[in-house]
Amino acid sequence: MIVQLTVNGEDRHAEVAGWESLLWVLREDLGLTGTKGACEQGECGSCSVILDGEVVCSCLVMAADADGADVTTVEGLGTPEDLHPVQEAFVAEGAVQCGYCTPGLVVAAAHLLETNRRPEPDQIREALSGNLCRCTGYGAVLRAIEAAREAM
Amino acid sequence: MEYVRPKALGEALDALAAFDDPTPLAGGTDLMVEVNLSHRRPDVVVSLRALDELRRWDDTWIGAGVTFARLEGADDPALAQLARTVGSPQIRAAATLGGNLGTASPAGDSLPFLAAADAHVVLQSTAGERRLRWDEFFVGPKQTVRRPDELIVGVELPSRPERQAFAKVGVRQAMVISVVSCCVLRDPSGVTRVALGSVGPTVLRATGAEEVASQAVRLTDTDLEEFQRRVSAEVRPITDHRSTAEYRRHAAGVVARRALERCLR
Amino acid sequence: MSVETRRRIRGGVGESVIRPDGVPKVCGAFQYLDDLRAEGMLWAATRRATVARGRIVALDAGPALAMPGVRDVITFADVPGRPHQGQIVPDQPVLCDGEIRHWGEAIAVVAADDPETARLAAEAITVDVEELEPVVDVERALELGDVFRHFPVRRGDPDARGDVVVEGFYEMGTQDQAPLGTEAGLAVPDGHGGVDLWGPSQWTHVDHEQLVACLGLRPEELRVHISGLGGAFGAREDLTLQTHIALLALRTGRPVKQHYDRADSFAAHVKRHAARMWYRHEADRDGRLVKVEARMILDGGAYQMTSQAVIANAATFAVGPYRCPNTFVDAYVVRTNHPPAGAMRGFGTNQACFAAESQMDRLAAELGIDPLELRLRNALEPGDALATTGQVVTEPLPTSEVIRSVAALPLPDDEPGNDPLRLPGGTGLTTPPDRVVRGVGYAVGIKNLAFSEGFDDYAEARVTLTADGAEVHTAAIEVGQGMVTVLIQIARSVLGIENVQVVFDDTAKIGSAGSSSASRQTQMAGGAVLRAAEAARSAALALAGGDDLDDLGVWRDGELVMTLAELAERGPISEWVRFRHPDTEPPDEHGQGHLHVDFSVAAHRAVVDVDPELGLVRVVQIDIAQDVGRVINPVQLRGQIEGGIAQGMGWAIMEELVFRDDGTVANPTFTDYLLPTILDMPPVEAVLVEQPGTWGPFGAKGMAELPTVSVTPAVVAAIRDATGKALRRVPVRPEDIVFGDG
Repeated sequence: MIVQLTVNGEDRHAEVAGWESLLWVLREDLGLTGTKGACEQGECGSCSVILDGEVVCSCLVMAADADGADVTTVEGLGTPEDLHPVQEAFVAEGAVQCGYCTPGLVVAAAHLLETNRRPEPDQIREALSGNLCRCTGYGAVLRAIEAAREAM
Repeated sequence: MEYVRPKALGEALDALAAFDDPTPLAGGTDLMVEVNLSHRRPDVVVSLRALDELRRWDDTWIGAGVTFARLEGADDPALAQLARTVGSPQIRAAATLGGNLGTASPAGDSLPFLAAADAHVVLQSTAGERRLRWDEFFVGPKQTVRRPDELIVGVELPSRPERQAFAKVGVRQAMVISVVSCCVLRDPSGVTRVALGSVGPTVLRATGAEEVASQAVRLTDTDLEEFQRRVSAEVRPITDHRSTAEYRRHAAGVVARRALERCLR
Repeated sequence: MSVETRRRIRGGVGESVIRPDGVPKVCGAFQYLDDLRAEGMLWAATRRATVARGRIVALDAGPALAMPGVRDVITFADVPGRPHQGQIVPDQPVLCDGEIRHWGEAIAVVAADDPETARLAAEAITVDVEELEPVVDVERALELGDVFRHFPVRRGDPDARGDVVVEGFYEMGTQDQAPLGTEAGLAVPDGHGGVDLWGPSQWTHVDHEQLVACLGLRPEELRVHISGLGGAFGAREDLTLQTHIALLALRTGRPVKQHYDRADSFAAHVKRHAARMWYRHEADRDGRLVKVEARMILDGGAYQMTSQAVIANAATFAVGPYRCPNTFVDAYVVRTNHPPAGAMRGFGTNQACFAAESQMDRLAAELGIDPLELRLRNALEPGDALATTGQVVTEPLPTSEVIRSVAALPLPDDEPGNDPLRLPGGTGLTTPPDRVVRGVGYAVGIKNLAFSEGFDDYAEARVTLTADGAEVHTAAIEVGQGMVTVLIQIARSVLGIENVQVVFDDTAKIGSAGSSSASRQTQMAGGAVLRAAEAARSAALALAGGDDLDDLGVWRDGELVMTLAELAERGPISEWVRFRHPDTEPPDEHGQGHLHVDFSVAAHRAVVDVDPELGLVRVVQIDIAQDVGRVINPVQLRGQIEGGIAQGMGWAIMEELVFRDDGTVANPTFTDYLLPTILDMPPVEAVLVEQPGTWGPFGAKGMAELPTVSVTPAVVAAIRDATGKALRRVPVRPEDIVFGDG
């Protein structure tokens, strides 16, 4: 079946057999490889996207069920020439090491700051409690989001 | 794979009746794990995404389509508390009460509240409606009496007391599959209901412990100790890779007592 | 005559230079192995063993081959060259040789048009297995003589006696690196019998050596390329999917891609060695160590991998960073039917550190001496002999200073309030504030830097001056640690040129830089780059007859005499260096000798809040003082410290790959192999002690493993302080706190 959705402001479509996740479609059919899959279970947040205004794990969204949805991926938040404040802050604060978790964190953090302009540190941490990072120990991630909060 | 997205409840029930083995899909946070991890390939998916009727929520009714993110704002303290512990923010944005009921994991976070509240699960199909008490609905680990043509439409909640407490034990501070979970409801006359998860084939009520807690408005330390002892005696935990039966039994007593203490303050 | 003025470079050594791949990574544009694609590529899927030991009595790939879209299936019989791989001892069959030796062992690999078909085909292969009794107990393995290596240490007088004796048994479960990026790779045949390969690696040249042997290729027929990696921590030191996809590509003539899911990843890469350790410390009344005896058995799993080197570290650091005149150790790493163990951050020093530091705390308690005072009295300093190998410490080693520095940091003074995020159990609401007990614990760790035991450890680099800057060529792998930035900074500071690019060359274009592991790359790849940059600078000055160099060109007496573009035309200037560190030697039969080239130390302090009734732990704060030589990039260094601490803390309280009695793995998923989340991670304060070493670039010392090593015993010590429990096993589980002995 054909799935039609809006991704990063553009109308896109893909052919699916049925079982494929939105993550799969984004990466394999739509060429948007920024979103990562690392656990297949929604336990790591690497696949986070914004779907109809909420941050969800795209590995847990059946692509067919995303027909008609509005999706924002990390690629839609900013480009190298025009970085989102969260992207800018992650780079500046050293919150990126291997970077595999980074797109998921950036999406979750950007969404947090769009919906809560002045989150306290504990609110930031709870909002990101679904995003695993194995490299940074989260210190620089927290510092980056606080810096982005100030910049926004 | 056949995928249908009915726009109204009646359509959905018709769809479930039309196929042999239909898979209802709400948030997908359980189904897609099976698809991704266990490579389950459903033949027919009936999406509930468009069914606004399932999202109705008021003082006596929680629609099956209400997400845990919404439930974090519940007036019932125990419901708000348990909702905050489900999965992660990403999971809570998608996962629904109906899904939690349909999966019926013994560790299901909503189950202790529903059991303590004596909720009824309401199922609908083209053959009519069934209204089942929670312990008629959950019959074993990941086993319910839902027929393939039935849809969980919501839970009916009788009135609940103000004094409520929920607790969930896990090894880390987030994204926790519960080792033991507990919900206590206590009304002003002292009548107490205690339900525990992850310590039996399905959620259970510690009725012997409830007797002790319900006997008076003021409880002594001796009462609380007896309450704790009875909870530990009544649970039926197993040992698995997450924890031991011995620890679960001990922890069940401790968290139940502490939850009761919270209700006594 | 030019009116330009010389510019001071920005972004040299000592600055928090932003990593060059940061922007692509935050935009989702950085290419990882699993993003690689090639025209006409096939997808591979692996069929794995579900038992820990067995004999394959029948295997039929027919059902797979019969499926539409399936292009090839390979098994052991199809390996064209040497059937075994392994970087120290090649004993691991490329595919199961008929005897299954561990859960998850690769039996066959399918190549098909799409991943779903490949997966279904892999499942369709019929495999009949006669189950055999697995060896899952290390003592049993030792009895059977299944020993990969026995490392004995005999130093001093075995009859020496102390006034006080403390004996203990310590156990550590299996930890997994669990890098976020699972294994992925792409193999592209070149049409002439050769292949280009991108795969998860920490050392492309050692992969290359094994691959050409197993594939029966001439060295030039295989090029191993570097691509983006989602973390490593030791998991990529040994081959996983590379041989399989390369073989399939050669056989099918098509590019072959594979991307492991998380379960595959848990099954395929090496783990940290589980350990059982018996220790006996004897000390005089003043707490000075008189004798240490230790017996350690590490679980090597089914194949050798890097176990022989891991056990050498466990043995030679058995005492820790303390003087001791009489030391007797028997360290064994044995073969079992568990999945193979290998490298993970710390590489054998972690296990020794947990046991030795636990012993030091018990000794202090026995003697009534403050635990830090006890350590200071024994602290290993330059000029002292390492207690095990007897080699004299010649490089800076500020053991006393790191201990004092971490102790001097202020303790948190908050009280647990009612905020669940500040209580054990978190939003689970398990714990009221009046049920919380706070504990503080310390531990000190020591690690060798770079490779040891006489290994020919070197790194190559080439620095080329271009028309507008400089290029650094290396095969050193950037795993996320920020080595790419460090190399740029070193080159900048040496050359005086700011516009420096790093080019990651494949195995055909440059020689080995050695592994990105062992805390070695800053000193090794960095050392090679430093020397190549020095040589390039000298050559440029000589060619142009100048005395200074920058992005504009060569200067003499304050005037620009040749631009970089002119220099590039006249030269080009391109200097290649193979840098070796000072020699080491293998041990004699008593474990004595100059085994290690250099050491570093760190001290940790952990503060925990414990709910003793439920056994739940919240880590409140972790502090560290570390011997780093010279800070090259402060922000990146801090990132390594915080990340390393998270991993060691995880092992202390939540991470364990659990084996069932039958040797299979019970929790190969992120639901049940628990990594610390942001809510588990405490604030970290770090004191960086800079006593420059003699051979690292600008005096820098490798530092990325130590943050992981002594944090584990520090956290356990803190939990002991809070609860009074003995806690001999890592990870500490709630039931250990509730039911454990005092």
